[in-house]
Amino acid sequence: MSEFSWKIGGEAGYGIMTTGFIFGKTFVKAGFFAFDTNEYPSLIRGGHNTYTVRVSQEPIFSHVKKIDVLVALTDIAIEKNATEVKKDGFIIYDVGHVKFQKEIKGVNLIPVPLTQIALEKGKQNIMRNNVALGASFALIDVDPSILYNMIKESFGGKKGQDVADANVNAAKAGYEYVKENFSNIKKIQIKSNGNKKRMYINGNEAIAIGSIKAGCKFYSAYPMTPASSIMHYLASKEFDYNIVVKQTEDEIAAINMAIGANFAGVRAMTATSGGGFALMSEALGLAALTETPLVVVLAQRPGPSTGMPTHTEQGDLRFVMHASNGEFPRVVIAPGDASECFYETFNAFNIAEKYQLPVIIITDKFLAESHTTTEKFFLKSLKIDRGSLLTEEYINKIKDYKRYENTISGISPRSLPSQENLIFKAATDEHDEYGNINEEADNRVIHVDKRFRKIKVLETEIDGAKVYGDADADVTIIGWGSTKGPIFEAMKILSKKGIKVNYLQILYIMPFPKSKAKIVLDKANKKILVENNKTAQLGSIIKEEIGIDVDYKILKYDGRPFLPEDIATKIEEVLTYDKL
Amino acid sequence: MTSFEELTTKERPTWCPGCGNWGILTALKKAIAELNLPKHQVVVVAGIGCSGHLPQWINTFGFHSLHGRSLPVAQAIKLANHELNVIAVGGDGDGYGIGIGHFIHAMRRNVDITYIVHDNQIYGLTTGQASPTSEKGFKSKSTPHGLIEPPVNPISLALAADCSFVARGFAGDVPHLVKLITQAVQHKGFALVDVLQPCITFNYLNTFEYFYRKVYKLEEDKNYDPTNKVEAFKRSLEWGERIPIGLFYKEERKTYEDELPQLSKAPLVKQKIDNVNIDNLFEEMC
Repeated sequence: MSEFSWKIGGEAGYGIMTTGFIFGKTFVKAGFFAFDTNEYPSLIRGGHNTYTVRVSQEPIFSHVKKIDVLVALTDIAIEKNATEVKKDGFIIYDVGHVKFQKEIKGVNLIPVPLTQIALEKGKQNIMRNNVALGASFALIDVDPSILYNMIKESFGGKKGQDVADANVNAAKAGYEYVKENFSNIKKIQIKSNGNKKRMYINGNEAIAIGSIKAGCKFYSAYPMTPASSIMHYLASKEFDYNIVVKQTEDEIAAINMAIGANFAGVRAMTATSGGGFALMSEALGLAALTETPLVVVLAQRPGPSTGMPTHTEQGDLRFVMHASNGEFPRVVIAPGDASECFYETFNAFNIAEKYQLPVIIITDKFLAESHTTTEKFFLKSLKIDRGSLLTEEYINKIKDYKRYENTISGISPRSLPSQENLIFKAATDEHDEYGNINEEADNRVIHVDKRFRKIKVLETEIDGAKVYGDADADVTIIGWGSTKGPIFEAMKILSKKGIKVNYLQILYIMPFPKSKAKIVLDKANKKILVENNKTAQLGSIIKEEIGIDVDYKILKYDGRPFLPEDIATKIEEVLTYDKL
Repeated sequence: MTSFEELTTKERPTWCPGCGNWGILTALKKAIAELNLPKHQVVVVAGIGCSGHLPQWINTFGFHSLHGRSLPVAQAIKLANHELNVIAVGGDGDGYGIGIGHFIHAMRRNVDITYIVHDNQIYGLTTGQASPTSEKGFKSKSTPHGLIEPPVNPISLALAADCSFVARGFAGDVPHLVKLITQAVQHKGFALVDVLQPCITFNYLNTFEYFYRKVYKLEEDKNYDPTNKVEAFKRSLEWGERIPIGLFYKEERKTYEDELPQLSKAPLVKQKIDNVNIDNLFEEMC
């Protein structure tokens, strides 16, 4: 076996998230590849939280359908998740706490008094998590010291040596209990290919670090799942990197502050989810008309309205493309994995400043919160480009400064407050080249055209689509954003079955990568669209931009991310149906 | 030296002749000239409404923002470059209606900016509807049978929201207003100057005449102590035959910027971003 999946389920407040993360990171530190995903309802105590970690010797890109080990801290966990356990898999359950007793055919039941051991070893219920981690490691043929070290690291530091020791002892007790009482089980066999250092990082962290690298100095936001952890990360680093992180009174203040900071010359960003973005919509147009650089992250969750706050969906693509009144150029980037979250956030800041317009990075809960294993990002090629920002040397060289000068590229020289001789007005009304309000017909056309010309230049500079897989494929999958991981895994499954498949990833929704998409889709035999929404939004955009219809749509809008097996099965069905 | 003339633009304001806004613009320019603030170090941020056009007619940096949003923009400009003098302007609809949430939070936050509210107790640019400070019973296009709600009291509200400088001026007394704006700009912290600004076109009630008859200056009362919040609150409730103008309340407390070590060495805008070292962030992820 070159991989296995492990899942823990229990109530909110049980520490499921921390436990799941520790499990995954332990394996990453030992040279494995891990991918995790979580599922939790919008509440703080009770309910049912799960955290799934897939571990492999080889690079992996998403979770999979079946699990090898389930750790059930509650009866609900068994009720809801036992069917996901593979034949000959394991269910560790908290005997004494979980009432469950009967047999499950083909599954090895491992009753462990998790809570009781926790109370004996650590005097705290919450340590049952570490007992469960120890018990889990007893089912896997690896040295448990990697777990003990990871726990020490997680619970040491500020919390002190005693706390760390108590947690390690709880894990050891869990490990020993299973070892003694279930000595004849067949352990999960897995070996790492070396112990190369890699990162275990999620989309939000990658965005936050990307913004730090890009020189973001001001971050204003209002808490909203699943975007909040960007704020948490940046706030934790605000003194290390001199970033002002401001939690605002609402999303309207958040975006307007980000605009104000950008106007003053500081790179600034805000992030939210769909509902918050709705509140930000008007100000998006403010950034566009005043030609103030702006980076906004929208981490999607299922809407409309409050929808399903802690789940995932790709329902806001059309929304970000058209949000705000009037017509203006904008850039919409849809990273598909943590690495793209990092690089495209860095790029977003350059584009925003160079082209003086709003740039929206659209992700979703699945991408924002799932950790993946990746090499450290490559930094050499990253260069800050502040575009036509006027430096001090220009201050006395420019006569008759025009902030909104009607240039060939549409990009005008940008001054900053405090620059003598370069005073201007940023106006929310239509304006002339100086920024003075102007409602004349000719002037209006000149300035609308000037703003839209910027996109023509940008189009020549970016590569907005990526193609993976066989050039000469039976099937071409088309997708955007977080479906990338499950699609990669589905491609592995299909190619094992001898089906030749390739994948067109649309990375830049705006400006749309017309020529590349057209070249790929014109050649495609069967075009299958994969989207985490009801209305196939990218599909309609493709039709609109290049006049091509997809042949089949695989859509999912139950608030959950795609499973690779489901994509692969659907594609096989399509191919079978076609042959009939 | 920054002169009044230097601050005057070629373009002439498009406000109605005789509008209270003229007095406020004059007072603002005089205050900046008196304080001798270099004009490129001043940013005037406006919301939407008749007052929103003000940045067009003062020769400093200007940002004409959205309706009700001048304060978020202004605060962020100050946080991004705290060496600038940031002055936000807006109307009563802008600040006490659509933007009231920002107003309250800006006051408790105490970023060192000045906020001048052109309080004409009506919506002027949309041709005469009731505003948050219109008096109860006020008849307008939107309230032909008389306004039902009592007005927002911006001075009481400011005191309750921990505003560190609370003043009220009158557009019909420019020299007095110059003094108030000068003090407001000099004040370290968020300074509110609510200005009674008659709208000569749509507000038939709160006219220049109305205010000339009623206003009195707090500083003329030798016993009035603008550091006494309880007294300030009592005076803030006075609105009838006599209407107080002047400095209601002032306190010295740390500004938001003072509390940010990130700004202690240099304004954010002057900090280098070319080569941010993130190696340790990657290490932490491993």
